[in-house]
Amino acid sequence: MFPYKKYLRLDKFPHIWCTGCGCGIVMKAMLRAIDRAGIQKDDVAIVSGIGCSSRTPGYLDFNTLHTHHGRAIAFATGLKLAKPRLKVIVVTGDGDATAIGGNHFIHAARRNLDMTVLLYNNHIYGMTGGQVSPTTPFGKKASTAPYGSTEPDFDISNLAIAAGAAFVARSTCYHATQLDKLIEKALLKKGFALIEVLTQCPTYYGRPNRLGSAVDMLKYYKENSIPVETARKLSPEEIKGKITIGVLHDIERPEFCEEYQKLVDRVRIKNE
Amino acid sequence: MRKIALMTGNEACAEAAIVAGMRFFAGYPITPSSEIAEVLSRRLPEVGGVFIQMEDEIASMGAIIGASLAGVKSMTATSGPGFSLMQENIGYASMAEVPVVVVDVQRGGPSTGLPTLPSQADVMQARWGTHGDHPVIAVAPATVQETYEWTIKAFNLSEKYRVPVILLMDEIVGHLNEKIVIPERSEIEIINRKLTTDPPEKYLPYKITEDDIPPIAHYGTGYRFNVTGLSHDESGFPTNDPVKIDALYRRINRKIERYKNEIISYKTELLDDAEVCLVTYGSTARSAKRAMYEARAAGIKVGLFQLYVIWPFPYEKLRELAVRIKKFIVPEMNLGQIAHEVECATRTEAIKVNRVDGSPVTPGEILEQIRHVSV
Repeated sequence: MFPYKKYLRLDKFPHIWCTGCGCGIVMKAMLRAIDRAGIQKDDVAIVSGIGCSSRTPGYLDFNTLHTHHGRAIAFATGLKLAKPRLKVIVVTGDGDATAIGGNHFIHAARRNLDMTVLLYNNHIYGMTGGQVSPTTPFGKKASTAPYGSTEPDFDISNLAIAAGAAFVARSTCYHATQLDKLIEKALLKKGFALIEVLTQCPTYYGRPNRLGSAVDMLKYYKENSIPVETARKLSPEEIKGKITIGVLHDIERPEFCEEYQKLVDRVRIKNE
Repeated sequence: MRKIALMTGNEACAEAAIVAGMRFFAGYPITPSSEIAEVLSRRLPEVGGVFIQMEDEIASMGAIIGASLAGVKSMTATSGPGFSLMQENIGYASMAEVPVVVVDVQRGGPSTGLPTLPSQADVMQARWGTHGDHPVIAVAPATVQETYEWTIKAFNLSEKYRVPVILLMDEIVGHLNEKIVIPERSEIEIINRKLTTDPPEKYLPYKITEDDIPPIAHYGTGYRFNVTGLSHDESGFPTNDPVKIDALYRRINRKIERYKNEIISYKTELLDDAEVCLVTYGSTARSAKRAMYEARAAGIKVGLFQLYVIWPFPYEKLRELAVRIKKFIVPEMNLGQIAHEVECATRTEAIKVNRVDGSPVTPGEILEQIRHVSV
């Protein structure tokens, strides 16, 4: 059994998440990844915004910063630039990162600032009671989309790739053992790394859309996910409705902190 | 040796911030504050600091809070519309008690308002711009020299009391080129935040101490604490306990209220025998001073009360003055934001001299009111 207790603030339990929620699965995968990557607790800063996912840092024994809705990446940008040796992890949700925080998300990806963004995508605003989010699929119901959503949804991973992220991977709460390996890779990557995790919300997304229990939703992830290597061999029709999982994108790009340090060195040499 | 220089208020602000120890600036371009960002984009790398142009003002404010929590003195600069966007995270800095300096080089509003024309219309936004009960410190220089001095003092106040401090400049002060005497480093007082001496296992980031100002620890130094914008207890974790919530809100407000006599700062001139008092701040103080001298030359007993610190406001001092001053005149580049506070303090009707057309209040307009009330 992995020694989770080493990384938990045990006095903060029980947690606030609903029965069957996927948040705990992602949190545990992150702890396994941090442990395997060999990063010390004092060197990790976890920054979050507002929402169910954003309550994660409160339970964890690291440097933790719980900010405003959508602003985690903005706070994390300052924190990282002021102390580049910190391993900065942003824990966020689909609404937090791509609705109210969409601008910060794409610009951090564009800058290729060294941070790992762990995005719990449950297709809904859970904490406020099940309102429609930018990733609620077309036609699916929410408390503010009682007749079904009439908006197309964001493909978050593709958004990050287009914006300039160095590393992008997708997984689901069913694929927990794959998930920690992907997070570990993201942590070791120099640059902006996004892990999009499809996370079941049986309470506010599953219930109005008659998707069954948490187990049923996890089964759905199991049956509808295909590895990216397989997906690349299939036609667009064949992968329609499927969840492509694995490392979607991994490139080398100049990283912001390093580039800024080079600039400082250049300017200081010139002035000496 | 003291140096004499010719510079604008915006340049003086940027240079003074570096002297104060500021090593992180995040901002978004907006007239008439942009020169502060431009100067710092050149100067900060020279001193090993970081400059970043963010995607908006909300992000700028978030980034400086993040950097300050890592232990680096941080600042942003903006104007009215951007100041509106920053309010969300100014509230966060108040709640989480993070020292930062926010420069607002004012222009007219609401909305996009008056780009590149002066105004003093953000005085109330500085006080009440964000929601909830929280303390505020806002300071307002009238000259380039005062901008230099009050930028450093803004950092000192922020560090000492763990609060965001608003430096309320205006377009005239920001863009004015004038002579400035740069003091020697030994003459400048620099205050740094009080760091905890508790071991990590005993550290409480919001410990209730005798002085009401909890000692700070920085991220990445072995203190694995939590910071949140939610109402929190001494340990920094969210709480719904009414006793703890009440203790938090009362303490963060009390920590400014109890020290207000140390924070409040103003300059008086020729007030001893005055029957009329000009209450003024920012660049308008320059016009007021000229009007005062002209009135004195005409034999009218008028004096000057120039606010350096606007919030907290010196209600008690003005109340004392009201015992013998017959009339208070408040010239402002707004429709009477501080005049209202003067009326609250003095319990008398203040004479307002207002301009909201992007032009400065002239000495002549103030003089006219001085003559009018002195008949």
